[in-house]
Formats: sequence, structure tokens, C-alpha cells
Amino acid sequence: MERFTLSLPSTPCARADAAAALCGVVSSGNLEILVDRGSMADRCDIEVNTSAHGFRDTWEAVLADAVARHAAGGLALAINDAGATPAVVSLRLDQALEALEDRA
Amino acid sequence: MGAPWNQRAARRARRLERLAPLTRGREIAAADIIAALEAAIEPGDRVCLEGNNQKQADFLAESLADCSPERLHDLHMVQSVLALPAHIDVFERGIANRLDFSFSGPQANRLARLVEERRIAIGAIHTYLELFGRYFVDLTPDVCLIAAQAADADGNLYLGPNTEDTPAIVEATAFRHGIVIAQVNERLERLPRVDIPADWTDAFVVAPRPNYIEPLFTRDPAQITEIQVLMAMMAIKGIYAEYGVQRLNHGIGFDTAAIELLLPTYAESLGLRGKICSHWALNPHPTLIPAIEAGFVESVHSFGSEVGMENYVAARSDVFFTGRDGSMRSNRAFCQTAGLYACDMFIGSTLQIDLAGNSSTATLGRIAGFGGAPNMGSDARGRRHASPAWLRAGRERAGDAIATRGQKLVVQTVETFREHMAPAFVDRLDAWQLMEDMGMDLPPIMIHGDDVTHIVTEEGIANLLLCRSAAEREQAIRGVAGYTPVGRARDARMVENLRDRGVIRRPEDIGIDKRGATRDLLAARSIKDLVRASGGLYDPPRRFRNW
Amino acid sequence: MSRLHRHSWFEADARARIAGLVDAGSFRELCGPHERLTSPHLAVLDLPVAFDDGVVVGEATLDGRPVLVGAQQGEFNGGAVGEIHGAKLRGLFERARRTRPAAVLLAIDSGGVRLHEANAGLIAISELMRALLAARAEGIPVYGLIGGSCGAFGGMGIVARLCDALVMSEEGRLGLSGPEVIETVKGVDEFDSKDRALVWRVTGGKLRRSLGDAALLVDDDVAAFRDAARTLLARPVPARDLAALAADQQALTQRAARHADARDGLDIWRALGLPDPAVIPMLDAADFNRLLAPLSPTEAA
Repeated sequence: MERFTLSLPSTPCARADAAAALCGVVSSGNLEILVDRGSMADRCDIEVNTSAHGFRDTWEAVLADAVARHAAGGLALAINDAGATPAVVSLRLDQALEALEDRA
Repeated sequence: MGAPWNQRAARRARRLERLAPLTRGREIAAADIIAALEAAIEPGDRVCLEGNNQKQADFLAESLADCSPERLHDLHMVQSVLALPAHIDVFERGIANRLDFSFSGPQANRLARLVEERRIAIGAIHTYLELFGRYFVDLTPDVCLIAAQAADADGNLYLGPNTEDTPAIVEATAFRHGIVIAQVNERLERLPRVDIPADWTDAFVVAPRPNYIEPLFTRDPAQITEIQVLMAMMAIKGIYAEYGVQRLNHGIGFDTAAIELLLPTYAESLGLRGKICSHWALNPHPTLIPAIEAGFVESVHSFGSEVGMENYVAARSDVFFTGRDGSMRSNRAFCQTAGLYACDMFIGSTLQIDLAGNSSTATLGRIAGFGGAPNMGSDARGRRHASPAWLRAGRERAGDAIATRGQKLVVQTVETFREHMAPAFVDRLDAWQLMEDMGMDLPPIMIHGDDVTHIVTEEGIANLLLCRSAAEREQAIRGVAGYTPVGRARDARMVENLRDRGVIRRPEDIGIDKRGATRDLLAARSIKDLVRASGGLYDPPRRFRNW
Repeated sequence: MSRLHRHSWFEADARARIAGLVDAGSFRELCGPHERLTSPHLAVLDLPVAFDDGVVVGEATLDGRPVLVGAQQGEFNGGAVGEIHGAKLRGLFERARRTRPAAVLLAIDSGGVRLHEANAGLIAISELMRALLAARAEGIPVYGLIGGSCGAFGGMGIVARLCDALVMSEEGRLGLSGPEVIETVKGVDEFDSKDRALVWRVTGGKLRRSLGDAALLVDDDVAAFRDAARTLLARPVPARDLAALAADQQALTQRAARHADARDGLDIWRALGLPDPAVIPMLDAADFNRLLAPLSPTEAA
């Protein structure tokens, strides 16, 4: 497993205080994203645990785009990944973050 | 006999004379087949062993491999597909040493090894139509060993639904004084229909077991992913609907199976029934059943058949080509011609695409060949008849210049990464390395970049027809290549400019909400759903069932 | 076309199954993913973990009556029972003894013990069995629901048969050794695991219903599973005395003798006197149940 953490700037999420969700399932080529309240209103804290080695910069690019697309400030994301492609990762991030925006 | 202008006929007579003691009427006993092959074939012969991508003359292939290399050697094999271990055994055992073929998918590794060991000389890797063409020019078989469903006592053959290559092979062999030997599953008093007349055949053998047919075109809807659903939506709304594509061919992958399963749901909701996908050059894909049942499809002509689809095809004779006996008639040579000249679109997937849009399924250590994709996936410059889709594509390519011809739509649909994070977009195709390793004249490119009109990925659609320079083309490709190294090396400003011009279109640009891309849109989500949609007529192979 | 718009139980994940099974919004998860009770064994092996260790447990209501619910995540390691996973389920049954719900509903989707966790997994599943039986002994009914891709095999096959009653879809499977294991140990002539039609005829919901192992056979539809759970909940709590056990044992003995030579579900359907066994696999649940009704297979356990 490869593990790393990031803290990326993002528009504050209106519902950050109430954030608590799980999106996706850990299975081959798939991942789960746990959404919790983060530490700073204008940043998104992200913790990645992935079975694919050597793709940290790809992850960083995918995650940076996702938190730029969505209001993810004030959130903490924890990811367990079993080899999902960036397409699947982006889709799950959209699902996890849009769920919070819809209820805002 | 012996007249200088009829040597081939004399040669044929000699072979039949040697074969005669081993036949009763036209029939060879299964136990005598090796002796019969050794009698009919001579060293150095060009032999066509019928191997299609589905139907296999497996008994004759195994029997040929078991012949004595002292009696039979230096054979030149010409066949479209090397699918069975026996197809390679004939080379490993020293019976044959030259090969001209089209596709070797399952045996691609063994074939590459034999080439590296210089135990096999490959003349060329062909598309199907090229190889069939050469059967009539400079690769005419001396002997062909074919597979049929049934024979009668006179030697007439019934081919069943999987006609595939058989007529092309037999025509080339029989009318140039070659020997035609068929393996059949059964001998009948009276055939349901005569597909190959006895005048074109010499002998047949009832094989100990029915010939093998690979269910190559069955895609279990359960394995279609949300990403594939999204890309299918993009293709339907962004290409099929825009160009009004009525006549087309699909590849065999899950990406195109997803499109087939979205016709009765998503395409229907866009009001596209009757406006797209009426006429197909396509094998009877089980995943097309819901679209047929929903009234999308007027006609389907097929290269071969598909295991389990026999009853469904027979019951939908307005749609499929069927004989007077009611059963399906397919024909690879004609269907390839249809795909090349009479279709307005080919859409399929690939393993690698480079910055010029060249695509290839060749990977290192494997000589897989091409099959039919290059014929389907190329613009037929000899085409003259017009259709709206063809004209529009031609005009887009011409830009400000006056279009004097149309253009076939050749669409590649790929996820930016395959499984195990292998990028589909690359700076350099593996095909170039393979060319060097194998001493080929050209890299084994499946579809040339200048034939590709659109690339669909989860990130967007690139319309290469609208690109006005090689640089634009490169950025259009990078602009849909996602997070692959090729995609991340894009010129962001140029890509945004291409998007403004509609060269690149994102899902939101064509009004697609990604959240709507769920498996719920599939008209069938399991093989069982397909059986139900067929009214119980589709009888899937056992390995595809979960009931 | 209506069947195309069914919400498939087979395709739903554990959380979606629970959401469709119980009263809307009533589910309260216990030991949920935010507590990050992940497998220490998978971590040691450097394998991906899941924040819920592949099982969701909690309390809810069904038709307003309190129930406890557990659902295995078949996609995570084949729904296999590891130490944490097993402990969560065991805790669910221990809680049942305290809170006395109308029933415990267990959505099984598992190949059995998680092999990576070896003895810890084996102990976890035996503790789960003990806790389940203890809850039943105190009069709390336990109903199993089987319709996921992993079925109920190995230790979870046993757990399934410890329930008061089972609801199955045809897609769901129930057995002890999985088809691949049988083929590996006894050879392909004994059981061809690649012959999927055979596998489902032998382990699938329709045969299990025919033999009485499952009480109800439903279509692959979340709403149908919910309806079946409500049906079971409306029944009186099954008798669990020595006489009932002896009757079950006798029924099973007779069943084993009657079908001793059967090699295929088709043989059993034929022996049961069903008119056209070959068509049974394609029947939907309503037609199948109609066919089976005159035979009223005993619910043997």
C-alpha cells in the first residue's frame, strides 16, 4: 500500500459541520471515500491509501481538480483504494462531494 | 492429361487417385483421416486450414498436426485465424514453415516465439478482405480443409449459421483445381439447404465431435461499468445523433455493448428511434436483442453467428439474413465488404492510441494480427454513394475547401486508463518495438490516425475532422486523454480554444449530467435479462449463466 | 419493461440493501465507518482495508417495529468474515438479547471465513454462530436474506442455516463448500464449477426453496426482499423446542435418502414431480412459486 496525505485549498462547504458520508466500496478497480469534518474551513484534508504504487502525482492532479470543481473546504476525505483508475476516482469524488452540495 | 495448359487438373487427378482407396463415395472414415490428408496433400503445398474467429475445423487441424513430417513438410499455411493450439502445432512439428494470416489472438504468444526462433516465416499479416483477395490472386490454396455442419452422400454441404470464410475459401480452391476436404458434424440424407454444392467439394469426414465454435461476441451486461455507460451516452448524443448514423458496425468490446444496451433507454428518450442504428453489419450480438425488440433495428447482416442466438435469429427473419430452411446465413467476405463500403460508421475500442491518432492492439511479445477492424475502421476511398452522415463528415474534414467526397466515421472509444493503470494514450505505440523485434516492414497499426474521425473517452469527445493542423490534432487528442502522461502534457490554453470551437466537447457541453450515468440505464443488466428480452429464444452458453 | 426498472438486490451494495429493506430513514448504523474499525490483519499483509471491514450493522424499524440489521459487503474481499467483521455481527446478536427487537435481519453475501485472517477469522465466525443461537434461544427470530454475488458459503453457509428462515432470490446461492473448492478436491467429474448453469441449479435459490432450505423465493428486487422480510416478521416466532428439532432432523434424513442419487437440481425437480424441470431456471419468482405451491416444501430448520 502507498499512503500519503494532502491539504488542498477549496471553497468552503456550507455543510462541512454535518459532513459524514461513505461513498463506494473497496473492491478491485474501485475505492471508498469517507467524508468527515476537516480542520480548516478553506482547505480539504485528504488521506489516500492505495494499492497502486507510484501514482502519487496522478492522484494529486485528480484530487486537485476535484476540490477545485466542488466546495470541499472544511472537509476531510479518507480514501481506501484498490486500484481504481482516475476515471473511477473522479466519479466517486463527484458523487461524494455533490451529495453534500445538493443538501446545502 | 499432361497437356502443357492443364497441369493443375492433372495434378488434382493424381491426388484424387491416391485418395480414392480411402473413401467410400465421398466419405472418409474418421480413423483414416491422417492417411487421407497424407494422400491428398503434397510437400510444399499451400494449405488453407479453416480457422475463423469462431468456427474451427478443429478435427482436421489436429489430424494435420498428427501427420508424419516425413510425408508432409514445408507446407505454406494460409488461414484467417490461428485460434487453436493445433494451428501452431503444425509449425512446431515441422509440417509447415510458412504462414499468411489475419489474426492469431489466442495463439499470439506462441506465434511470436516461433517467429523469433525462425521456425516460421510470416509472409504478411492481413486484414480479412486482403487475405480473401489474395486467395484469388497469389495465395490460392492447393488444398483446403474446411468445417461444415452436415454433408449428404453426394458431398453437398450445409454450413449452418456460421458460414464465415467457407464460401470464399472453397471458391478459390475448387475453381483452381485444388482439393476440398470438409469435416462435418453429421451426415444427413437430405440437407436443410445446400450452401456448398457437391461439384465444389471432394471428400468429407464425420468428425468424432462437433466443430468448436467460440462465443466471441457475448458480452455479459453485468460487467459493464458506469464509466462505459457514460461514454456510451456521449457517443449516442454527441456522434450518433449529430450525424444521424443509420448504417454501422460495432466492435466486440464492452464499450460498444453498452451503446447497444442504451438504445432502447437513453437513445429512445432522446427520440432517436428510427433516426439512428437501423442497418447493421454485425454479428448477432446478444446485447443487441433489446434494441431489436424495441424496434430500432431494420436489418443485420453478419460475418458469422453467435452461439445461443440461433433460435432468436430464426424467429426474427425480417431483421437477420436467413435461408429458406429458416436458419441464419452469414458470410464474412460479404459482411466485411458491407462494413467497408456500405456503412457510415465504425466504432470500437483499442489498447493504445498515439498522438497522431494511430491505434493498435499489438503488445510486446504477441503477434495478434488485425482481423476485420482495419477494413471496418477505414475510410473507403473508392466509395461513391452518398448518405447524410458520410457527407457531413466529409464536409467537416474539407473545412473551407469544397468537399468532393464524404468520409466514413471511424470512432475509437477508450477509457484513458485500462485496468492496472495502463494508459491508453501513449507517445509511442508498442507496435513500433514489435516491428523491430519481429523484423516486420511496418508497425502493426490497427487503425491509422488519418482514418480516425473521433475519439471518445470519459473526459470528452475529440472531433479530429475539425482539426486544421497536426498540432491541433495532437492537442485534441491530449485534450481527451485525461490524467495519462499524454493528457497531462496538454497545452491547456490550446485545449480550451479547441473546446470553444467544438473540436473537443465535454459531457456537459453536450448536455450530459454525469450523475445520470448509472447501470440503471442499461436495457439489460444481466444475461438473464437478455434471455427475457428475447422471449426465451436466446439460449446462452452455460458459462454465461447464473441460473 | 417494468422489470428493467427493478432495483436489483444483486447489484446493490450493503448500504443500499439496508436502505431498501427497512423503513425509509430509520436506519442507525453502529460501529460505522467513521469509527474506522479496520482489519489489523489486512494492514499487516499490506492489503487494502475498508472502513467498515465489509459489513454494515445497526438498528432500524420495519413497518414501525424495531429490528436489528446486518449486511455484508460482497464486493469487499468476497464478503469474507474477518475478526472485526465477525465481531460486529456477533455484537449485533448480543445487542439483540438486550434490546429484544422484533427480529434480526441478516443480509448474507459471503464466501465464508476471510482466509487472510486464519484462526482469528475462524474464531470470529464461530463466536458469531454462538451469539446467533443464543439470541434465538431467547426467542428472537433471525431471518437471513441471500441474493448477492457471493451467496452464502463456508461458515456463512452454516450461519445461514442457523437462521429461523431464509429469503433467497434465484441468483443467491447457498452451500457449504464453494463450487471451485468441490471441483479442486473431488475433480471436474464430480462438479464442474465452470458450468454456471449447473452451479446455480445445485446451489441457487430455486433449488434451495424446492428443498425447503429457503422459506421464500423472490425475484432479484430490493422491494421483493423487503416484502418477504415483512411476511416473515408477520409470522409467529418459530417454535424452537426439542420436538421441532427432532422433526427437522427427521425431515433432513428423509430428504437425504430420497435424493441420494441426484446429480443436478434437475434430478431433484424431476423427483419432486415438477412437470418440466428444464424450464424452471427461466421462470420468474411468481410462476415458480405457483408451480411449487402444491408441493409445499417443508421448511426444514
